[in-house]
Amino acid sequence: MHPHLVEAARQKETSRRNHFASVCVGAIADPETITSLDGHSMEKPKSVKLSVRSLRKAYGAIVALGDTSIDLAEGEFLTLLGPSGSGKTTLLMAIAGLGLPDSGEVWIDGKLATYLPPNRRDIGMVFQNYALFPHMTVAENIAFPLRMRKTPEAAISREVARSLEMVQLPHVADRLPRQLSGGQQQRIALARCMVYQPSIILMDEPLGALDKKLRDRMQLEIKRLHTELGVTILYVTHDQEEALVMSDRICLMNEGRIEQIGTPQDLYFRPQTVFAADFLGESNLLRGTLTEVGPTLAVDVPGSGILRAPRPLGTNADFVTGSAVTLMVRPESVRALSPGESAENVVEVDLRDRILVGQVTRLYAHLVGGTEVVATSLTSPSNDKVEPGRRLRLGWSIENTVALFDRSGLR
Amino acid sequence: MSAVVSVAQMPAPKAKLVFERYWPLLPAIVFLVLLFVYPVAQLLWLSVLDKDGALSATHYMRLGASPVYLQVLWTTVRIAGWTTLFCLLAGYPLAFLIATSAGRVRQNLVLWVLMPFWTSFLVRTFAWIVLLGRKGLVSDLFSALGYAEPPVQLLYNMTGILIGMVHALMPLAVVTMLSVMENIDTNLPRAAATLGARGGQAFWRVYFPLSMPGVAAAGLLVFITALGFFITPALLGSGRDIMIAQVIIEQVDQLLNWAFAGAVAMLLLLTSLVIFYVYDRLFGLSTLAGQTGGSAVDRRPRGLWALGSLVGRLFIEVMCWLCDRYGEAVDAIRPIDPARPRKPMSRRVLWIIGIATLFFLAAPAFFVIPVSFSTSSFIDWPPHGFTLAWYEKVLSSPQWVGAAIRSFIVGILAAALAMLLSIPAAFVLVRQRIAGRVAMTAFLLSPLIIPRILIAVALFYFYSRVGLVGTSVGLVLGHAVVAMPYVVITIMAVLKNYDMRLDQAAWSLGASKTQTLLQVTLPLIKPGLLAAFLFAFVTSFDELTIALFVSGGLQTTIPKQMWDNAVLQVSPALAAASTLVMFFVTGMILIAVALRRKATT
Repeated sequence: MHPHLVEAARQKETSRRNHFASVCVGAIADPETITSLDGHSMEKPKSVKLSVRSLRKAYGAIVALGDTSIDLAEGEFLTLLGPSGSGKTTLLMAIAGLGLPDSGEVWIDGKLATYLPPNRRDIGMVFQNYALFPHMTVAENIAFPLRMRKTPEAAISREVARSLEMVQLPHVADRLPRQLSGGQQQRIALARCMVYQPSIILMDEPLGALDKKLRDRMQLEIKRLHTELGVTILYVTHDQEEALVMSDRICLMNEGRIEQIGTPQDLYFRPQTVFAADFLGESNLLRGTLTEVGPTLAVDVPGSGILRAPRPLGTNADFVTGSAVTLMVRPESVRALSPGESAENVVEVDLRDRILVGQVTRLYAHLVGGTEVVATSLTSPSNDKVEPGRRLRLGWSIENTVALFDRSGLR
Repeated sequence: MSAVVSVAQMPAPKAKLVFERYWPLLPAIVFLVLLFVYPVAQLLWLSVLDKDGALSATHYMRLGASPVYLQVLWTTVRIAGWTTLFCLLAGYPLAFLIATSAGRVRQNLVLWVLMPFWTSFLVRTFAWIVLLGRKGLVSDLFSALGYAEPPVQLLYNMTGILIGMVHALMPLAVVTMLSVMENIDTNLPRAAATLGARGGQAFWRVYFPLSMPGVAAAGLLVFITALGFFITPALLGSGRDIMIAQVIIEQVDQLLNWAFAGAVAMLLLLTSLVIFYVYDRLFGLSTLAGQTGGSAVDRRPRGLWALGSLVGRLFIEVMCWLCDRYGEAVDAIRPIDPARPRKPMSRRVLWIIGIATLFFLAAPAFFVIPVSFSTSSFIDWPPHGFTLAWYEKVLSSPQWVGAAIRSFIVGILAAALAMLLSIPAAFVLVRQRIAGRVAMTAFLLSPLIIPRILIAVALFYFYSRVGLVGTSVGLVLGHAVVAMPYVVITIMAVLKNYDMRLDQAAWSLGASKTQTLLQVTLPLIKPGLLAAFLFAFVTSFDELTIALFVSGGLQTTIPKQMWDNAVLQVSPALAAASTLVMFFVTGMILIAVALRRKATT
């Protein structure tokens, strides 16, 4: 995990408070319960634009998507994040009507749409390879959805011009898609699906084919359009950085299930499962046994003694002493302790390697049992004090520790 | 200093380099010039000379003077046109079905399309005689339905010719359209659907225009090939519907009027070239290479093209309107229920059409099999009794066995020669960035485009002057000419899939270029080479046109023996021979396909 990722996550937290309001945060299945933090910027409660209820899809014996429910509020930007084969594309296709589910329901803008054909769903979709029609000009491409809706020709040319302005490409109207660069094609694809103002826009790894620099620019571009137009976006990616930068909420998927759903901060600082902790950012995972349940949890980690973690929030389950627990701590929370210095959680390690990456320096260390622990700190001349090959004490605070239980052990 | 030296040394190594790059192409080019370009040019040259060898237009004046030849040309163009139309109309749904199917289903469908393409051409034509004849299966079907006779006569007329030719050429149409459809992004129709297009709209406005280059290319190839047909019209037609190739044969075979045959051949060639020209103006010849995205779309509207595009747009609007009305009607009868999936009807209809077309393509050849066991001495349906006598007759006949042995040897030699010439050429064409690569490739493939009958007659004339008529050598050389394009295509496809880094790795590990070729490249592309060899072998084994002209009286091959038999009398012995050939050739092809699949994956 690069430090600027963490930075991005933190910035999001701030910007959300200022601007986007927490309507989008947390559970929003019931629009009635939604209230805004800074009430004056909200006129009315935002409606649910997309609601997926217990959707399932299996290919023979392989369950591609198992009983998944998810809701999107108006104006929300939600990202489906997960490795390939995690079910995110299956879910997206079911919402788009391009792959039908075995059971469950899809509601789009308050209307049941589970088995409606795609053209009746009031959705827009942006494909990874843009899917611009190669035999039509840019203007004809953008006019296509309007023509399908029998919009009068005068209105069509007005709308086409307007959306070309919106993506800042008014001069390419008469060109063919392949005469445009990749980034321009992507913008036209965005314009084509925003021109008819669908209830929800689905994006299937839309930046996957672009190079890194262009991808960063397009991320901001999509964000800009999202905020300016207030559209609702369901975004699919396997790129965690993209998900952290762009989303109001991230839905982390794994093996056809939702692993965790929440704000980028939730997922980064309060992962609920080992998978979530491992998939987003870097993490140190220490396996141990629960020995004491008090205001904090005490965990016996072989090779490093008792470590403590706060009780996980939002879990009502009983914590049974003796059950297996994995403790997670981010490398940037772990620091090398000087002799005599103490911390809430302390482990003794063998320092194997010290690597200067640039802004940060990483320490690669091993517990007595062999478990690897990584500590990251901002690079400074004092880093030189710790020499590879020596024994060392690492420490971090209870606050930065997350206790993760096996899915089967709890809940 | 060093710059000066290098400049001074430049010319010599450069000249050497050019030669090094081009020389592997030389054998193939020299061979084609000698045995393809020169004979054809000679035949055409003959047509502008009079009896005394002076330039004259007498033969062309004779062509123009009699309405017979223009009529024959008109019949030829008409038959080719109808054949093309039916091939495209029936082939398009099948190609679309294959292009939109996935995985194994698709592979199997392709195999079923290609199967008849490879079963002996004559066998397929005989199958139609069995099926369409006065006592054939089709007329039996009609009498079972209560009709005394089929409403139209199916054999020995235009209908028979068209059935036979559509059957013969549809695989070519399907495969050509498929190569373009495969390159259409599957996301495009889906994108159209998410943007609000009904299934019909998405198809007609997005998929159909994008598939047009394939339709055009298929139309061109089918039409050009159909122009040169003579076996089907001779066997399934009557004396009235004569095609131009039959006139050429008559002039050469019976009247020995070479010059006039040359003039008729020129007429055929010119017709082909006019078609090519019109095609190029409309679609661009580059679409023949399976390019999508329509380079034609780039062109500014002008003349013919503007008219065509207007008609096309109108057609699409009409089809969209019809589809919309149909869709609305279906919605009214079966309203869309968002809570229940509705199986789209159109896909099922497509399957029904596709399977019917496949049946038309693949089934007829199999009807030859039961006939070969019939005790009756004519080919009729249903076969009577069961006997192996016909097989016995074929296998004990010195003529049949001799023809089989000759076909086998000629096939092996022709394939080997084609391989020897094509492999180095294919290497250069795929791996070197040489000037005129496209033109070179086109030249090596040109024997595919020139009507086969023209090559055959030209070779006959050429051979008659160098004493190669009736020799196996002449036959081998002629077959190598027509087999070469197939070999070049196959090997180029294999080499394009070959990872050049493997060679680079071998060089970096210390292997010389020769060692790399022998120990790394060739072993890796061996299955592909073997497949190319088998394709070439089958091309020669099934070749009739050239064999008919250059093999002479006793030097007969299997297809020629079958042809002679068919012309004299159609007996179940022919069906028995056909069955044997069919199994032999199909077996070879299946091996070749399996090998190629292994080589390209």
